[in-house]
Amino acid sequence: MSFELLTYGFMHRALISGIAIAILCSVVGLFLVLRRYSLFGDAIAHASFGGVAVGLLAGVYPLWTAYIVSILSALVITKIKDRFNISGDASVAVLLSSGIAVGLVIIGLSGGFTLDIFSFLFGSILLVSVDDTILVLFLTVGILTVIALLFRQLIYSTFNEEQAKVSGIPVEKMNYLIVFMAGITVVTSIQLVGVLLISALFVIPNVSAIMYGKGFKKTALISVSFSIFSVVAGIFISYFFDITPAGTIVLLSIGLLAGTMGIKAAGLLSKN
Amino acid sequence: MKAVEIKNLTVKYPDVKALDNISFEVNEGDFLGIIGPNGAGKSTLFASMLGLHNDYEGTIKFFGKDIKESKKYLKQIGYVPQKPIFEKNFPVTVKDVVRMGLQNKSDADRIDEILQQLWIHELGDRRIGELSGGQQQRVFIAKALVHKPKLMILDEPVTGIDQQSIELFYSILRELNSKQNITIIWSSHDLDAVNQLANHVACLNRTLFFHGESEDFFSNDDLVKQYSEASMQEHMHHH
Repeated sequence: MSFELLTYGFMHRALISGIAIAILCSVVGLFLVLRRYSLFGDAIAHASFGGVAVGLLAGVYPLWTAYIVSILSALVITKIKDRFNISGDASVAVLLSSGIAVGLVIIGLSGGFTLDIFSFLFGSILLVSVDDTILVLFLTVGILTVIALLFRQLIYSTFNEEQAKVSGIPVEKMNYLIVFMAGITVVTSIQLVGVLLISALFVIPNVSAIMYGKGFKKTALISVSFSIFSVVAGIFISYFFDITPAGTIVLLSIGLLAGTMGIKAAGLLSKN
Repeated sequence: MKAVEIKNLTVKYPDVKALDNISFEVNEGDFLGIIGPNGAGKSTLFASMLGLHNDYEGTIKFFGKDIKESKKYLKQIGYVPQKPIFEKNFPVTVKDVVRMGLQNKSDADRIDEILQQLWIHELGDRRIGELSGGQQQRVFIAKALVHKPKLMILDEPVTGIDQQSIELFYSILRELNSKQNITIIWSSHDLDAVNQLANHVACLNRTLFFHGESEDFFSNDDLVKQYSEASMQEHMHHH
């Protein structure tokens, strides 16, 4: 074991795309958690599983079909939810199970599970290509720029829809924008932790950060720091001990959550 | 100039007419108190005026312009809801909340100014969910005022708040109206407070029973009796 590891190209790519995804997931995830939409990321991830299967069957690069299927299904389910007044958790369940169902049927048609499917289910951060890394960076910068530009509109419509409307903010458009960004983020992040653990990156660092009782920007900063720590440490630990990176990353962020709970229970978090 | 002109406003819900042919005007600088029992249509009236409920007959004009033509009028309005609903652990400080009301980032100095004015500058970095009801209400007034609106709409904003905060709130309203010449439309079930603060009164119960100067209303014993009973009942209902 040595720092030689840091000279490997695959490790550079894993760290760069891992850190970008950590930032992206915790920022987009904070909006979802605050909207009581924590499992939405999970639902989109399952829909993307259907998309991956479509790509494999059609012989198209599966990530592209995953993007299309995930974003479309996220927007459609949001429309259906509003139109027919279905609750958030029920709409998540519908999206989640239909994504898996489509995936299973198509995989059956195309002759069973392959290695590709497993890497989408469980992630393969150490196998990220140069092209994938560039795509991850591009999307991360793009989404963070959109959030920075529309910050007031996004936070206000998350805080209180009615008051945001009265202040002239196009609340419905903001809702779709968040869902759209969540769709892109999920599919982009699948390479890191896979379909099955994606919502951990969206939810756990944010749940921890909210407990520190700070304002929005500091909360986002804490969440991003926790997320980056889990991803970077997770990549190294999994490499040295030859265990799965996705599971390690998620367990580390659960460790941080447990630590935060411990500090809070001990009364060490001041109210201010 | 007229701040608000409402003409033949009717709102029908599937099983009931919530508002029936309401017409009234509010001049700039007026302080209008709207009173009426529960279910009188006050919230429906406000929702229609604020563009939250667009399915109505009749016309609503703010500063001479029909609100169906443009939503720009909302920038000149500050709205304080009855009880703002938000997640208790929502990670925003008092300053974050007030900043939401700011339409132009360059006015950031306004935040400190308005917090001072409402006696909550010491709470600026506290989370909104940690404050008492009265403090939270002042934060929401600050948010409604930070962009310097010409008109404020307040929906029974003292429900569930302690007496001391209520009195402070009333003195703030009085100052906004008299010193800063902000037009105020305020629904309340506190007839004494309406008598002290408002210069115009509107009595609503699906239709408009009275609209005029405050003195004319309070010198009409029958009306006062009828509405104080109605508002008493409502008051009891709230507690």
